[in-house]
Amino acid sequence: MITHNLTDTIVALATPTGIGAIGVIRLSGPKAIEIVNGVFKGKDLSTKASHTIHLGTIRDENDLIIDEVLASLFIAPKSYTKENVVEVSCHGSSYIHQQLLALFIRQGARMANPGEFTLRAFLNGQLDLSQAEAVADLIASSSESAHAIAIKQMRGGFSDEIKKLRTELINFASLIELELDFGEEDVEFADRDDLKILIEKIQKLLKSLIDSFHLGNVIKHGVNTVIAGRPNAGKSTLLNALLNEDRAIVSDIAGTTRDTIEEVLNIKGIEFRLIDTAGIREAQDQIEAVGVQKTLEKIKQSALLIYVFDVVRTTPEEVATDLKKLVGSNINLLAVANKMDLNPYTEAKHYTSELLHEDQFVPTSAINKMNIEYLKERLHQAVLSKQVNLDSTIVSNIRHYDALQRSYESLADALHGMETGVTSDFIAMDIRRALAYLGEITGEISTDDLLGNIFSKFCIGK
Amino acid sequence: MFAKYDVIVVGAGHAGCEAAVAAANMGSKVLLATMNMNTIAQMSCNPAMGGVAKGQIVREVDALGGYSGIVTDHTMIQFRMLNRSKGPAMWSPRAQSDRMLFAQKWRMMLEAHPNIDFWQEMVTGIIVKDGRACGVHTGIGLEIESDSVVLTNGTFLNGLIHIGEKQFGGGRAGERAAKGITEQLVELGFESGRMKTGTPPRVDGRSLDWDKMETQAGDEEPAKFSYTDTPRLQKQRPCHVAYTNKAVHEVLKTGFDRSPMFNGRIRGLGPRYCPSIEDKIERFADRDRHQLFVEPEGWDTCEIYVNGFSSSLPQDVQHKALRKIEGFEHAKMFRPGYAIEYDFFPPTQLKMSLETQHVENLFFAGQINGTTGYEEAACQGMMAGINAHLKVKEKDPFVLKRSEAYIGVLIDDLVNKGTDEPYRMFTSRAEYRILLRQDNADTRLTPMIEQLGIRDENNRTEKLATKLEAVKAIEKFFKETSITPDAINGYLESKNSRPISQKQKLHSILARPHIDTKGLRTALPWVNDFLNKFEYDAIESSEVDMKYEGYIRKEQEMVDKMNRLEQVKLTDKIDYHNIISLSSEAREKLSSVQPQTIGQASRISGVSPSDISVLLVHMGR
Repeated sequence: MITHNLTDTIVALATPTGIGAIGVIRLSGPKAIEIVNGVFKGKDLSTKASHTIHLGTIRDENDLIIDEVLASLFIAPKSYTKENVVEVSCHGSSYIHQQLLALFIRQGARMANPGEFTLRAFLNGQLDLSQAEAVADLIASSSESAHAIAIKQMRGGFSDEIKKLRTELINFASLIELELDFGEEDVEFADRDDLKILIEKIQKLLKSLIDSFHLGNVIKHGVNTVIAGRPNAGKSTLLNALLNEDRAIVSDIAGTTRDTIEEVLNIKGIEFRLIDTAGIREAQDQIEAVGVQKTLEKIKQSALLIYVFDVVRTTPEEVATDLKKLVGSNINLLAVANKMDLNPYTEAKHYTSELLHEDQFVPTSAINKMNIEYLKERLHQAVLSKQVNLDSTIVSNIRHYDALQRSYESLADALHGMETGVTSDFIAMDIRRALAYLGEITGEISTDDLLGNIFSKFCIGK
Repeated sequence: MFAKYDVIVVGAGHAGCEAAVAAANMGSKVLLATMNMNTIAQMSCNPAMGGVAKGQIVREVDALGGYSGIVTDHTMIQFRMLNRSKGPAMWSPRAQSDRMLFAQKWRMMLEAHPNIDFWQEMVTGIIVKDGRACGVHTGIGLEIESDSVVLTNGTFLNGLIHIGEKQFGGGRAGERAAKGITEQLVELGFESGRMKTGTPPRVDGRSLDWDKMETQAGDEEPAKFSYTDTPRLQKQRPCHVAYTNKAVHEVLKTGFDRSPMFNGRIRGLGPRYCPSIEDKIERFADRDRHQLFVEPEGWDTCEIYVNGFSSSLPQDVQHKALRKIEGFEHAKMFRPGYAIEYDFFPPTQLKMSLETQHVENLFFAGQINGTTGYEEAACQGMMAGINAHLKVKEKDPFVLKRSEAYIGVLIDDLVNKGTDEPYRMFTSRAEYRILLRQDNADTRLTPMIEQLGIRDENNRTEKLATKLEAVKAIEKFFKETSITPDAINGYLESKNSRPISQKQKLHSILARPHIDTKGLRTALPWVNDFLNKFEYDAIESSEVDMKYEGYIRKEQEMVDKMNRLEQVKLTDKIDYHNIISLSSEAREKLSSVQPQTIGQASRISGVSPSDISVLLVHMGR
């Protein structure tokens, strides 16, 4: 029944496979130091202190040098897994990696299962559930902000916040319980209005965490941004102007549809996936028929729309017509007035309509890279809502979001109950449900499918 | 002199009596051994059954064939459904009993049972062979053989009574303590502890000035405890409410230096929930008064129980303080209050069946497990009796889930969490309170009577079937019958409920806050005519079902969710000491409790949520 053996020593390549400058092979377990020391030519690692680095060579059973390496020692419990850990930094070649792994396995190590290092850290009490999840997010993070969120969560910031909420709720629940169990005795009860204020306060805290999920999600997965406009409005020029600034971090990603191209733009740590649909780009006639249909589909899947128009050739009426076609739902819209150099007297108010407010208007001249920095600033702002900023705790995990949402709804039920005069045993029940959902985040109440789910997300080596 | 018994029950209090009946009704030959046959089913403390959470337990005991509800219905002098103003989960039946009739009725019912024999003598030890209980030793040197033993010793094990500076051995006022058993069990490897409880003075009702107190009458339409055909109360005796005052407190304080509570003579821990009067004025110094319930001890006696005035102060101080209470100016005391210390065995040494881990076929129930209260004792007695029988017949133990009964909550708490102070039931201990109501104890538990093979002498199973059919008929009527605005709006307006503008089903009207069947019956005579065909119990249950449908469903969803953890079985073979990632306390506790499921493990004190995650991961979940 017990499938997890914690008594052996595991090994895996901790850096991505393929060619790089260096590679790191990590071992964890009681024999980690012994195994490396057995093939390491240099200082005697078994006599060295924790957190020290040693230069030497690693030789196979025939005394042939495989590589010159740096061995870093982490002695239990002062390591990631709370076990003895050795990290061997070698040169970045798949051949060397394979040779070293094979050697360590012959010396008694076992190839780690996916996520096993983190699993051990968790089992040994180094991480709680939400921290362990954060490790998975950290490994997958590709932008600065996603990384920051994961780090914060891994350090326990999120868990602390949830624990605080739980304490508040438990305090509230005990006031109600007192009233229920001791109603016959002459004890004084909490004032109903005070209770309402307390619930509302907790709800507000929950709400800000829930709202942060939108941001957390875009930070984790990037913001899908559609660029649309009439032919020759200057979309391509604008796209290039935006991308030129950060050429180094731009990569072409083949879209799911053959005719869609995504470009990734990183603005202050947030990834924007700029989507230009071929249907519009290649359409010779106006934004019509198939082109419009495809654009609308893309917009539906996106968080942000950049509508580009030519201030010389496009009339305010035409802009209004385009927007009527493009803007369906509550999408975030920025209207880029391009080619301002040719018509510098254009003003935002000429173009405003019920679909376009003055503050959504961004004048540019893409070809001269005029106002591009301002546009980026506006894109960044469009993602950050007023309540959340990158410094607050941000929820980026769908499981956490779901639990918070349910907890919030249970409190809403409790509040509704209080307003309609439902008796307090039922209100207590809703509070308990709210508590149970919060508990799911930090694992206070474990549901059995939770952990398997979490640990299956880890890749080998972490 | 004796044939071999299936079950010997030691002690004939609430736990012992229910244990004897339960085993006997399953077919076991039972010997009930007690030090004094004149005190069978004695109410040592207040003359009352039920109360918040406790009343639900009595209903559960009754639903499973126990006698406590029947005895109470036959002998009560007042009935109140507490918490009527709260929701149905909080409705709690409570009865004031005639102390002497209560004991008499119990003894008559026990004597009427062909499977129960009696023996009056002190049991001084248990015969243990190969780690298995197989009889008892008595004070005069008898050995009585049996296949199992249930210990329900109450406060008698090395009982020590304190009144002021006096202390003397005794299990109850005027009765000897029991010696020998604790010493033997400790030798067998049991851990024992001391607990303390207390009782207030009894006074002469003829010396009280009733006009100076508030009157607390029974319910106008008294309900009852048993689901069987017990009589309904025709007349009732009122209780009274009095209050202490500053003068009372001052007098009490003059005795503090002679109080065994404050000078350290009492070492056992008493219940926080039921403090002595000296404790109350010490701990809540800012309160000018404390409420007292002045309760009659029976129909035909002037003896009065002063509920809320439990004390172990010297008797002269108790007397002087009592006389400072309004209405008690001329009070004569029958006997002083006292505190009593006694041995208990931390219940973490039990299995979920109440069998001990150290000695097979030995079961504990009641105060010996660290609980307080007649109801808590009675239900443990019943469960121990059932399980002793099942064990003797080599069948699987009977364990109730936390979502099935307060009894399940109680035993699960005792075994997994243990207790430092006398354990009393509260509704807040139950996570699924909404489901564990007094109106549906029969629906929840009576079907188990047949499965267990308990003799159903009062046709509980049949009565339940009739009730469920009635509930169905009533719910059908409410869901299918429409009502016009003209007919109902007057009633709705009188209840500050929004009038209707077109026909609506009765069901949706009933679901509104402040609307109930009672009001509908008064407002709509034809509804009254229809409901008159049914029993009170059926109407009550269907009303709760319909009115709180949404909440009940939500609660059931939570149960289903948690039950998934209850279904993850842990085998006895897990070597917790080898799972190094568990905390050392968790390793210790899990090894000693040997939980059956992950759900149970999660409730063991000292086992943290992260320990549970570790277990789940270890099991490959």
